[in-house]
Amino acid sequence: MLQAQDLSVTRGGVRVLDGLSFALGPGEALVLRGPNGVGKTTLLRTLAGLQPPLSGQVHSAPETLVYAGHADGIKAMLSVRENLDFWARVFGTEDISAALEAYQLGNLADRPAGLLSAGQKRRLGLSRLLVTGRPVWVLDEPTVSLDTSAVAMFAAVIRAHLAQGGAALMATHIDLGLTEARVLDLTPYKARAHSLDDFDEAFL
Amino acid sequence: MIALLMRDIRLATRAGGGFGLGLAFFLIVVVLVPFGVGPQTELLARIAAGILWIGALLACLLSLDRIFALDFEDGSLDLLATAPVPMEAVAAIKALAHWLTTGLPLVLAAPVLGVLLSLPVQGYMPVILSLLLGTPALSMIGAFGAALTVGLRRGGLLLSLLVLPLYVPTLIFGAEMARRGVDGLDTTTPMLMLAGITCGTIALLPFAAAAVLRVNLR
Repeated sequence: MLQAQDLSVTRGGVRVLDGLSFALGPGEALVLRGPNGVGKTTLLRTLAGLQPPLSGQVHSAPETLVYAGHADGIKAMLSVRENLDFWARVFGTEDISAALEAYQLGNLADRPAGLLSAGQKRRLGLSRLLVTGRPVWVLDEPTVSLDTSAVAMFAAVIRAHLAQGGAALMATHIDLGLTEARVLDLTPYKARAHSLDDFDEAFL
Repeated sequence: MIALLMRDIRLATRAGGGFGLGLAFFLIVVVLVPFGVGPQTELLARIAAGILWIGALLACLLSLDRIFALDFEDGSLDLLATAPVPMEAVAAIKALAHWLTTGLPLVLAAPVLGVLLSLPVQGYMPVILSLLLGTPALSMIGAFGAALTVGLRRGGLLLSLLVLPLYVPTLIFGAEMARRGVDGLDTTTPMLMLAGITCGTIALLPFAAAAVLRVNLR
């Protein structure tokens, strides 16, 4: 469903990862690990299409990927329901009740998102993935500010998603208890720190 | 896309959304001018159209940096870029939402403020029409400027410096149309030029804005 071939990615004009290849099939989860700054976020943003790879290729069927970054994209002045409704309509789906239920947001549905705690906001951000109806989830540190019960909720959602033939690629440091997930350590792919040959490339 | 338009309008009209800010600014600028130039009706009548245009321009500028900066800060822009809506449509819709919440109220307020500036009776229609034709271009050019400066800290001032020179053609033909209308002259030529500028910006700038947004999101 998602395939990377000999991928090199750059951050701020500096090559951070080199020669990375992996494939993600239906029902599979891949966990990215590596020290801070190794390029996990850069890799995920490249896969999501927010930035072009320096070299190598990303293969995925069109309109299958959904990306969730560090920021949740929540509007503080809109209620939880309005936030989710908006994303559902952008992705052309209707039903948000399953998403509210999966992260136990039902009784917060009419509260302005700005009044939620950090963990509740994160749950709202993650529930967005469910309303998109897309099979491949690309997640950057999904469990930040979640408590143990919310992490369990998240793991259950991921498991259900995989069982339905979805796939998930996530950068995380904590153990989700997903025994079936493969782990990809990015440290061996770390590029030697040298700047680009073509300096202009960083600005194009 | 309608969802995005509705969300932006809803966000603008809720607390802290900045709806009415531009309108209030417009009102204050126009009210202050008679204090500045003194109570000379003939002089005010002569400069009324220009004052209304400059007031509208500055009021429009006030809320431009919100078009993309807020979405960039909370991560929505990243998510929109990966959502099944083209970036060009996002830029165009956001400019439209900006016009509906800033430009259109200015157009509607202009006749009331015309009274304060003792705008001659025959000048009302041309002034309103010129603002109606010109303000969409202000929003679209502004959205392009906002896309250029998205992600920059304190980008607001840079945005003004970038956008104001680009407003010059719109201002020239808009104010010219209004002035000719006040003088009872034929307004067709400046009106066509103004409409042409607006159509041109709406046709081209969404693509430019989308391109710079993509670069800024990297």
